[in-house]
Amino acid sequence: MNNLVILPIVIPVITGMVMVIFRRDIKLHRLLSLAATLSILGIAILLMNQINALGIQTLQLGGWEAPFGVSMVADMFAMLLILATSVVATCCLIYAFQTIGKERENFYFYPLFLFLIAGVNGSFLTGDIFNLFVCFEVMLVASYVLISLGGTKLQLRESIKYILVNVISSSLFLVAIAYLYAMTGTLNFAHLSLRIAEMGQDGLMTTVSFLFLIVFSLKAGLFLFFWLPGSYGAPPTAIAAIFAALLTKVGIYSIIRMFTLVFYHEPQATHLLIGIMAAATMILGAIGAVAYADIKRILTYNVVVGVGFILAGVASFTPAGLTGSVYYLIHDIVVKALIFLLGGTIIHLTGKNKLKEISGLIRLYPSLGWMFFIAALSLAGIPPLSGFLGKIFITEGTFTAGYFWLGGIGLFTSLMVLYSIMKIFMSAFWGYTDYEEGELESPKGLLFPIGLLTLMTIALGLGAQGISQYVDVAIEGLMNTHLYIDAVLGLNPRI
Amino acid sequence: METLMSILVGVLFAIGLYLILTKSLLRIILGTSIVGHAVNLLIMTMGGLKKGGPPLLGLKNQTFTDPLPQALLLTAIVINFAITALFIVLCYRAYIVLGTDDTEQLRGNEHE
Repeated sequence: MNNLVILPIVIPVITGMVMVIFRRDIKLHRLLSLAATLSILGIAILLMNQINALGIQTLQLGGWEAPFGVSMVADMFAMLLILATSVVATCCLIYAFQTIGKERENFYFYPLFLFLIAGVNGSFLTGDIFNLFVCFEVMLVASYVLISLGGTKLQLRESIKYILVNVISSSLFLVAIAYLYAMTGTLNFAHLSLRIAEMGQDGLMTTVSFLFLIVFSLKAGLFLFFWLPGSYGAPPTAIAAIFAALLTKVGIYSIIRMFTLVFYHEPQATHLLIGIMAAATMILGAIGAVAYADIKRILTYNVVVGVGFILAGVASFTPAGLTGSVYYLIHDIVVKALIFLLGGTIIHLTGKNKLKEISGLIRLYPSLGWMFFIAALSLAGIPPLSGFLGKIFITEGTFTAGYFWLGGIGLFTSLMVLYSIMKIFMSAFWGYTDYEEGELESPKGLLFPIGLLTLMTIALGLGAQGISQYVDVAIEGLMNTHLYIDAVLGLNPRI
Repeated sequence: METLMSILVGVLFAIGLYLILTKSLLRIILGTSIVGHAVNLLIMTMGGLKKGGPPLLGLKNQTFTDPLPQALLLTAIVINFAITALFIVLCYRAYIVLGTDDTEQLRGNEHE
């Protein structure tokens, strides 16, 4: 029992509620939201050290013992993601202070942002599948409002599609939960894992696992990503960046959690399907990224490629592949926020979206240009930066599992990602400069959060030694299900 | 009873999906709402329907009705209600701003 575990959910919810009361005081909103994300950051670091020393931390809400009550479980994998989430959230908030505009701030931008963070953190921490659904919904409702906040024509049109897709996938999620409950009689992840290990994962159970896979794929943008490019292009930069960094990652986290802890008995069916879907996602995403000549489109298709690549590591179901997935997941959270903020800054400064109309920005904004260059290399996984390590491990994992086609597609699409992102760099930053010195506004304040994230991606690459011990603990927890089960159910002798 | 409920769930799903596939936004909202009801009934059926006594430990019932699906249902109903309300407001706003509730005409173009 550790009361710290609930705080990453409670802090943003309560801060958000307090903000709704003081709705006129925007300065207070900014201060409180920054304080909330920074305190979650502190708690995540604290909890990570506790997990390192004492093992997985749990909290049984209200003192109800594990399979009967609601349990919160903080294992290293979840805490690493919460740490990355709070870093990215802080940077996006600082960026939003200057770009989001008075209108949106007055209509509860900051409370909604914090509710989104609460939903994301809740999804990472929850220990039973129904609360996973509830936290998903908290996150999604906040995202529905954030995506339509401002009410431009484009936003309204895209948000209708986004909401419709997510409402249907939520219904399917409930259907899957209902079937799972009918077959196993429990909802707690640890208890589910025990029950399925006892009764064996038969064909019917594998079918239910496919239903879960469909639901999480819709949220993660794994193969079923048709809704993603449109809806991530609609909202303003700060919101699009936090969406790209976090929303798909929650789906990926759920896939990893369900298919390493609960449905791990039939990898030749479930994990192979994940692998095929990941390969298709990478190919289609890369084609999209190369085909468009519009900054937002290229970036959104890069989100899709990232999802496919992370799940290629999961599909291999080897320690190396999973290690790569965890590294790449953390890297992807940071670098997707970074690249979206950079792309948004280019659009914000020039007021243009099409690559053909932008050129020669490097003379006016040298630091922006070089940061874009670093982000592009990091996105493609060039050695000293953060994407490299994950890419190595995922490729190794897919090769040891015998999925050579999957690893090969991963490496090939990395090249296409590099090409697509370099296309933005070359056409926006090189060439003839149309603008005079001082004609466009200065990006000084905007560069601060971008610089922070750039430093993060360099630090994650050069200082991989520092986080490797935490990642190793996370992988140990993912590969050995009994660690998780013991931590949750160990206190209850009646199971 | 379970068989009857399963058929009802199937019928509700069919109606809901038919409505979701139509062009008018209002029909789509109604469709999502009906699918939501179908899902709620499904959860109820999956937990087992009327088996006998109330789920109280003191009564020593062997054939009690499982209370957990009903607790899940309450949460699901609340969430479904909130999202339907939000969706209706959003579609109304979209109708005002875009001037149409026909999904065919909502596609728009690149130049906006």
